[in-house]
Amino acid sequence: MIRVWAIIERDLRRYLRSPALVTMSVVMPLIQLVILGYAFGGKVRNVQLGVVDGDHGVEAAQLKEMFQAVAAGPRTFVAVPYAGEAEALRDLRDGRISAVLHIPPEFSRSVLAGAGPRVALIEDNIDQFSSATVQASLQAIVAAFNRERQPERGARLSGDVTLSVVELYPYVPYMQFLLPGMITLSIFTSAMIGGGIIYIDDKSRGLHEGYLVTPITKFELILGFNLSGVAKAVVSGTLILLIGLVVSGVPDPFNLLRLGRMFVLILVTAMALISLMFLLVVRMNDPLLPRMLFGVLNILLFYPSGALYPTNSFPPWMQVITVLNPFTYAVDGFKSLLLKNTGFAAVGMDILFLLGFAGIAMAAATKLFRRTL
Amino acid sequence: MFDILVENLTKRFGDFCAVDHISFTVGHGEIFGLLGPNGAGKSTLIRMMTTLIPPTDGTVRINGCDVVRDPDGVRRAIGVIPQALTSDLDLTAVENMRIFAKLYGITGAAARPVIDGLLEAVDLVPWRDKPLKIFSGGMRRRLEIARGLVHAPKIFFLDEPTTGLDPVSRTAVWEMLAKLRKERDLTILMTTHYMDEADKLCDRIAIVDHGKLVALDSPLKLKASVPGRNVIEVSFAAPPPGWSGVLQQLPEVAKVESVDHVYRIGSHNGPATTLAMMEAARDANTAILSLSVQSTTLDDVFVHFTGHQLRDALQAPTHERMVRPGR
Repeated sequence: MIRVWAIIERDLRRYLRSPALVTMSVVMPLIQLVILGYAFGGKVRNVQLGVVDGDHGVEAAQLKEMFQAVAAGPRTFVAVPYAGEAEALRDLRDGRISAVLHIPPEFSRSVLAGAGPRVALIEDNIDQFSSATVQASLQAIVAAFNRERQPERGARLSGDVTLSVVELYPYVPYMQFLLPGMITLSIFTSAMIGGGIIYIDDKSRGLHEGYLVTPITKFELILGFNLSGVAKAVVSGTLILLIGLVVSGVPDPFNLLRLGRMFVLILVTAMALISLMFLLVVRMNDPLLPRMLFGVLNILLFYPSGALYPTNSFPPWMQVITVLNPFTYAVDGFKSLLLKNTGFAAVGMDILFLLGFAGIAMAAATKLFRRTL
Repeated sequence: MFDILVENLTKRFGDFCAVDHISFTVGHGEIFGLLGPNGAGKSTLIRMMTTLIPPTDGTVRINGCDVVRDPDGVRRAIGVIPQALTSDLDLTAVENMRIFAKLYGITGAAARPVIDGLLEAVDLVPWRDKPLKIFSGGMRRRLEIARGLVHAPKIFFLDEPTTGLDPVSRTAVWEMLAKLRKERDLTILMTTHYMDEADKLCDRIAIVDHGKLVALDSPLKLKASVPGRNVIEVSFAAPPPGWSGVLQQLPEVAKVESVDHVYRIGSHNGPATTLAMMEAARDANTAILSLSVQSTTLDDVFVHFTGHQLRDALQAPTHERMVRPGR
């Protein structure tokens, strides 16, 4: 029994004497609790809904007024007026808005004639949480509209306005929906392990002294560390992409044009995540720290990115993380290219943000890097 | 011009003065040893000389370049072998060398003869394409020595080059260094806490203790400066009172120290003192339990100048010990 105690005592003494370990074992679950608590099940808000009014009649105006009430009240969606359907659909495909409501020409006349006009809702159904919410909200508005008009028409249900829903993309199984997040996660994991953890381990083993006594510049060192990290991260991102395409059954998995576009996005994502990681670890010395950081960042970046649940359901503080988070842009870009089959036009903003992020983070890391021990 | 010039060099970490106004010069072609216990400030000194940490005060010029104003000039002139083994275990000997050559801008055709020549100089030609994970500690150290010479530096810094090596490997490293110095016209500065290493290898030795330079000369002169050329260590069964005084009166005796019944006698003539001491012991009717006569070693020099044996010293915690050593 004494021998058992020896093992227990040794372990517990070491545990109590490394405050970082004790702190992290408390802080990490707390971060997880808060982030996960708000990351799922929040009410979807501020979905961008394009409205094309092909009618401009009194009844159409009444219907739009009811949208405004929703926009002002529960704020499920924000109505964005469009002049023509073509323009609205283009923005819908490029991900700038999430749905388009088309009020057809002659809508007012049909309403007055009791001809039962149809209003079309064209949805980006990739994000099923948002599309279901908007659909439900619009169904309720249309029902309310019908109730208001009933006294004038008599109780003829066949004359009601109906909402016909059109889904923009074929049905996306959940596994495919997860794939963009998983590709990003694999790039992140590779950045942390292949970049951050190895960097600190090498540093603590004195390997960096070997570099520092040569006439290499700070920038050359950081660039070298970054690019080798990017190479490793691109390999894992590409592997997960290829395997994921097959496993999740994405139609036409090896479409070369799409693979090429994905590769470019994987590359810029790797650049952004590696440079972020270097910025965080550039002044660290303790090999335990990047390992803890890995766990915290994983939660802090992945869940608020919209990889699993729409970002517009998050509380404002979490949306701040979402906006600054390179993960968000990577996931958004991968979703566009992979699930919506868009071109680069739709992911231009994502690529621009990731490149800018990489540039700024690398410049800051170079500035912070100490050329001496 | 001196290859290494150190003037009033000082390094403070907060209140702790790791290196305290140290000055010395090293001439071309010398092997210069910094000798001291762990925590004496040797590594801090060598790190300041190799541009790894900035000095708090004082100047260092290496090959005429100031470490603060022209660090890249210094870096081009020096080769450095840090204390930790820093070669990559998964790479082969030649790959390790090639990568370091690239850090100095030496590539391809220019690098090949340099690398081949150095591998030959350190006797590793048969192992050139083998991964380092199958190397012994001594082989790895020799490879690192070769690696530190890829850019043909003028001045070579080694921080405890043989710490952790077995006696045979240590001797091999010493021979290698002596040979390389001659063949490549090197100036070598090394730190060590092994007296025999400093004695065998170094032209001059600086003894460093508590961050201060306490002695500086050739090993021979340092040994000669210690009172008594021989040291007699002797223990008696039951020495009579005042025995120390009796020993002090023996011929050629310079100094007598004692702990319990063990006496340490410094003598200018070991054999003469020993004979006289044995007679004195017989007269006093006290038995000699053990006896050894040694020439003065650098250990004696060290004890003489620092007033203590190599001893424990507190060091700032480093993370080096948290990961597996030598990977």
